[in-house]
Amino acid sequence: MDLNTITEVRRPSKADEVKKWEMGFAWLAGGTWLFSEPQVNTHTLIDLETLHWPSLTASAEGLEIAATCKVVELDKFTAPREWTSAPLFSECCHSFLASFKIWNEATVGGNLVMSLPAGPMISLTSALEGVCTLWPRNGEPRKMPVVDFITGNHKNALAPGELLRSIFLPAGALKKTYAFRRFTLTHLGRSEVLIIGTRCPTTKEILLTITASTLRPIQLRFQSSPTAEVVKSAIEKAAPIELYLEDTHGSPAHRQHLTYYFAEQIRRELTA
Amino acid sequence: MSYKINGKTFNQEPRPGQCLRTFARDLGWFGVKKGCDGGDCGACTVWLDGKPVHSCLVPAFRAKGREVTTIEGLACNGVLHPMQQAFLDAQAFQCGFCAAGMIMTSASLSDEDKKDLAFRLKGNLCRCTGYHAIEDALNGVASVEKDVAGKACGSSLQNPLAHSIVTGTARYTADVKMDGMLHLKVLRSPHAHAKLLAIRTEKAAAVPGVHAVFTWKDVPRRPYTSALHDDYRVDPDDTYILDNVARFVGQRIAAVAAESEGAAEEACRLIEVDYEVLPAVFDPEEAMLPGAPMLHHKEADSRIQRPEKNVFVQIESEYGNVAEGFKQADVTVERTFFSNKIQHAHLETHIAIASKSEDGRIHVRTSSQAPFQTKAKLAYLFGIYPEQIHVYAERVGGGFGGKQEMLCEELCVLALLKTGRPVKWEFTREEEFIGGVSRHPMKTSLKVGAKRDGTLTAIEIRVVSNTGAYGNHGGETLGASLGQSLQVYRCANMKGTGYAVYTNIVPSGAFRGYGSSQTAFAIESIMGDLARKLGMNLFELQRKNIVVPGDTPHSIWEGPSDVEMGSYGLDQCMDFVEKALASGRGSKKPEGNEWLEGRGHAIHMHDCIPPTEQRSEAHIKLRADGTYYLTNGVTEMGNGTITSMRQVAASILNTTAGRIEITIADTDRTAYDTGTFSSVGTSVSCKSVSLAAEILRDNLLKVASEFTSTPLEKCRLVDSEIQCGSRKVTLTELFASVPDARHRLEVMRKAYGSPRTTCFNVHGFRIAVHRVTGEIRILQSVHAADAGTILNPMQCRGQVEGAVAQGIGGSLFERMVFDANGKMINPTFRNYRISAFADIPRTEIFFADTYDAYGPLGAKSAGETPIIPVAPALGNALADATGVRFDSLPFSADRIFAQLAEAK
Ligand SMILES: Cc1cc2nc3c(=O)[nH]c(=O)nc-3n(C[C@H](O)[C@H](O)[C@H](O)COP(=O)(O)OP(=O)(O)OC[C@H]3O[C@@H](n4cnc5c(N)ncnc54)[C@H](O)[C@@H]3O)c2cc1C
Ligand code: FES
Ligand code: FES
Repeated sequence: MDLNTITEVRRPSKADEVKKWEMGFAWLAGGTWLFSEPQVNTHTLIDLETLHWPSLTASAEGLEIAATCKVVELDKFTAPREWTSAPLFSECCHSFLASFKIWNEATVGGNLVMSLPAGPMISLTSALEGVCTLWPRNGEPRKMPVVDFITGNHKNALAPGELLRSIFLPAGALKKTYAFRRFTLTHLGRSEVLIIGTRCPTTKEILLTITASTLRPIQLRFQSSPTAEVVKSAIEKAAPIELYLEDTHGSPAHRQHLTYYFAEQIRRELTA
Repeated sequence: MSYKINGKTFNQEPRPGQCLRTFARDLGWFGVKKGCDGGDCGACTVWLDGKPVHSCLVPAFRAKGREVTTIEGLACNGVLHPMQQAFLDAQAFQCGFCAAGMIMTSASLSDEDKKDLAFRLKGNLCRCTGYHAIEDALNGVASVEKDVAGKACGSSLQNPLAHSIVTGTARYTADVKMDGMLHLKVLRSPHAHAKLLAIRTEKAAAVPGVHAVFTWKDVPRRPYTSALHDDYRVDPDDTYILDNVARFVGQRIAAVAAESEGAAEEACRLIEVDYEVLPAVFDPEEAMLPGAPMLHHKEADSRIQRPEKNVFVQIESEYGNVAEGFKQADVTVERTFFSNKIQHAHLETHIAIASKSEDGRIHVRTSSQAPFQTKAKLAYLFGIYPEQIHVYAERVGGGFGGKQEMLCEELCVLALLKTGRPVKWEFTREEEFIGGVSRHPMKTSLKVGAKRDGTLTAIEIRVVSNTGAYGNHGGETLGASLGQSLQVYRCANMKGTGYAVYTNIVPSGAFRGYGSSQTAFAIESIMGDLARKLGMNLFELQRKNIVVPGDTPHSIWEGPSDVEMGSYGLDQCMDFVEKALASGRGSKKPEGNEWLEGRGHAIHMHDCIPPTEQRSEAHIKLRADGTYYLTNGVTEMGNGTITSMRQVAASILNTTAGRIEITIADTDRTAYDTGTFSSVGTSVSCKSVSLAAEILRDNLLKVASEFTSTPLEKCRLVDSEIQCGSRKVTLTELFASVPDARHRLEVMRKAYGSPRTTCFNVHGFRIAVHRVTGEIRILQSVHAADAGTILNPMQCRGQVEGAVAQGIGGSLFERMVFDANGKMINPTFRNYRISAFADIPRTEIFFADTYDAYGPLGAKSAGETPIIPVAPALGNALADATGVRFDSLPFSADRIFAQLAEAK
């Protein structure tokens, strides 16, 4: 929609061109959220497109995803064969409520910064042990795991004006086996629960990442083959009912119920 | 660098925060539509360098130096793109508002992409079609038939506007440019109930570009109702254009007219209001209790029956004696049901543009289901002679009852009168939810008694309807809820009590199914309970009790009624559905014992015409070129009436529909019409056409017989000629040769909505339910309709499919949700989901073979009612699968899973 309060658009070629951050500034990535709601407190958009960050950089250490990488690019990425968990990229892209047309514009970074529980790029990068690189306006870049970056529903660790530069997925996580479960109230709708389990082929450690049902990602680590009770009580401890999201895409009770149900399915699948 | 749209270069610059959608429209590309302005509906889809995007989400400046293609740029040298042609051949639209975006998305798909249409089309919503015709288009299936003289009735003829729809040139209300046009925006109440103590508009008025600011002090203090009925007295006069009391969150408080929407919005933000917040009540039962906050302190002439109890209308009536009836019963069943508040979600939002011509007359271009009632209301409100007002609807992007209401025209006229400039007000999608109307939520308590053999002995019903802050349609929907859904059963004793109650929630209004849907859900569900208790099959129980030809149906009212079954196809419809469900067609239950399977169905009988005044007037004449010109006041909003009317006329005049030009919905150019709603398109509007066309045909023959001195019985009208014995006279020749008889070649006839015939609908489902997650999968969906003669099979199927899709959405997931302060928490398509392609199964559709005694050419209503049996059919299937009766809509997984623990 028209953002009638915007009076200026800046298109810097380097992020440092924006030194002083003011109230009413906003970084513009794909714009698919910014332009989907009135933004009456924003007057200046600062375009990230003109920074021309390379979208995806694969190396032996892992995959560097620029914040400005479009969802469609991630969906189409061909991963090295040994990255056994790479099918999750597409799986998670398909977990948007947004249509493929929106993937043509929406960015991975924008999805993380939105910090919605149903953010599938959050599910993906937290399950694959992603680490964010943040660029404060004045100060040294800092790093932070995705699971810590997202602090709540629509809340994250960014300071005003701070940029999310990239997300790095370590090769170790990309070489794990995985299991994926998701539920939506309407067909191809918004995620009510999205859980990813990964298993390390060498240590057999299981990493369970619960997203969409809870206000922020919940990550649980289990040595080798946990029992059903161990998994359930770990979830119970980490996620009391207050931590489950209530909105029109699912009730807290249902989200909790499904979380237990799918976590158990994932436990079985990964330990089978 | 400049902007390039459809190969043309533009040097204009967009505003900084402007999106590509409005930029393209500003440059004249009106094919780019707005359904949501937030990325959810896809109506705005264009291509950017060949890739489809939602143009409402794309910052316009990013299109610089890139290639933009809109629907208008898809055809090449006048040759339609194959996808446009496919949409034309399958008629993959009804109102057509989604079509441009749907085609732009579809045309971008590869053959590989087309294998997963559910996924590829998830970003394109259509509220009208139910997606089947769209799927047909993508699969290259054609449905449109050839227009052959004399064969119009019963053929799947194309909508006369089809070509303009697939090329993006059909003009909906917003698709015009007017010099000096102002834009209107309103400030809405943040409180559910509050008195305005002070309102300061100085800052707002000072915003550059603002021409006028209006508060309650600036409007005629005349009470009215926003509902559009010929007899305005069926609704209460409880509304002011702007009021000094807010009765729901979202009620408009002030209005601003400015040179741009941005300036008007900014001015609205600068209006300062001091409110005295009053206690609010949201539950209608609580609203009737002593001590509840009173919403309307109004006089008796407001027609509010009991303002002190917040009751607009109370109905109590008994047919027979239910106390006696229950005494005779061997078994009784009782339960209370709840229906949800849902929104029409017509893809085109409300919009009106008011302007003045040099002669001082006011012209209102609007998206309305009832232009004539709008005109009358505007004349009343502003004290203007009706002749000074012209209201017209060129093309309406869906209605479903939501536009049987005057919600925006009056503020446009107010601002026009003050500023002298044309004024446009276009609702946002959010405003549709928080400031439009929606379906009346009803609480229905039922008690039914029967003999051991299934014979019904008594039905007692109590309905509490939440009409919201204003009473528009509250009384009529309540009446329908107590009558329509019961009358399909013969039962000697029926008693009903109903209340239409004010609460501090966004007002309810007319919605497809009009009160009947809500109670049919309850009645058909409890019939399912009764069948189970009696150990009978529901079909068997119903067959024992349904009305049969020769019966005079009744509900809770004694005394005569003008409802008359002009044809009867209920038996056929029930047989179709029963057989189809038993056939084993459809999908198999998914593997695994977590999946339960069940079947269910529901029946409905509906009056094809409402009990209020309904009339329509058709004028038809022969023109010098031998074609016909037909006018009628009906509105076309995807219901297909315009197509049916031409077919009826063509059929009677033994010609092709193509020879009949038609003008509709225009208070200057067509005769008075009571409005297009409540199934009247066929039963009344088409009836007036058939009456007029018959007279014209007879006159043509008589004139030709006189002209050629051939006995009348030797004259035959054959397409564009009259065969008079051995001589042929073309209609052109006849017209030219009989100047004195021309007045006989122009005919008008009125149709009046009485007696009121009935139509029938039966829906059946086979479903699978996951006992852990609560997921429901529809394995088979079957609908049988008795719509009399099927004037246009493709169109009738489309109406059924669209209604079923709307019914499935309302039964499975649609729900307006409010917080504790009465604020709606999901006023976007993102959070109020309507059915997408993926949600809708293909429905098997059957039509009964009947011919109605009253309808035009034996036809009766087809469009409104198929929605009604959908919810109870799902409820009955769910009960069959799980053994649990769910009494509250919608059946979304998160609302039913807990009870599934008790599943059998
Ligand atoms: C129809 C539709 C469906 C959607 N469905 C979903 C869904 O299922 N799940 C979901 O999570 N979201 C959904 N969204 C929301 C949103 O579109 C996505 O989250 C998308 O990924 C946001 O990316 P973007 O690049 O378009 O962000 P933008 O709209 O450009 O920006 C989003 C926010 O992030 C900030 N921002 C962007 N990039 C950076 C950066 N690098 N550093 C700092 N701040 C930044 C912006 O200032 C803004 O506040 C949906 C949106 C639409 C329109
Ligand atoms: S108007 Fe752009 S998606 Fe609805
Ligand atoms: S035809 Fe699709 S919305 Fe009306």
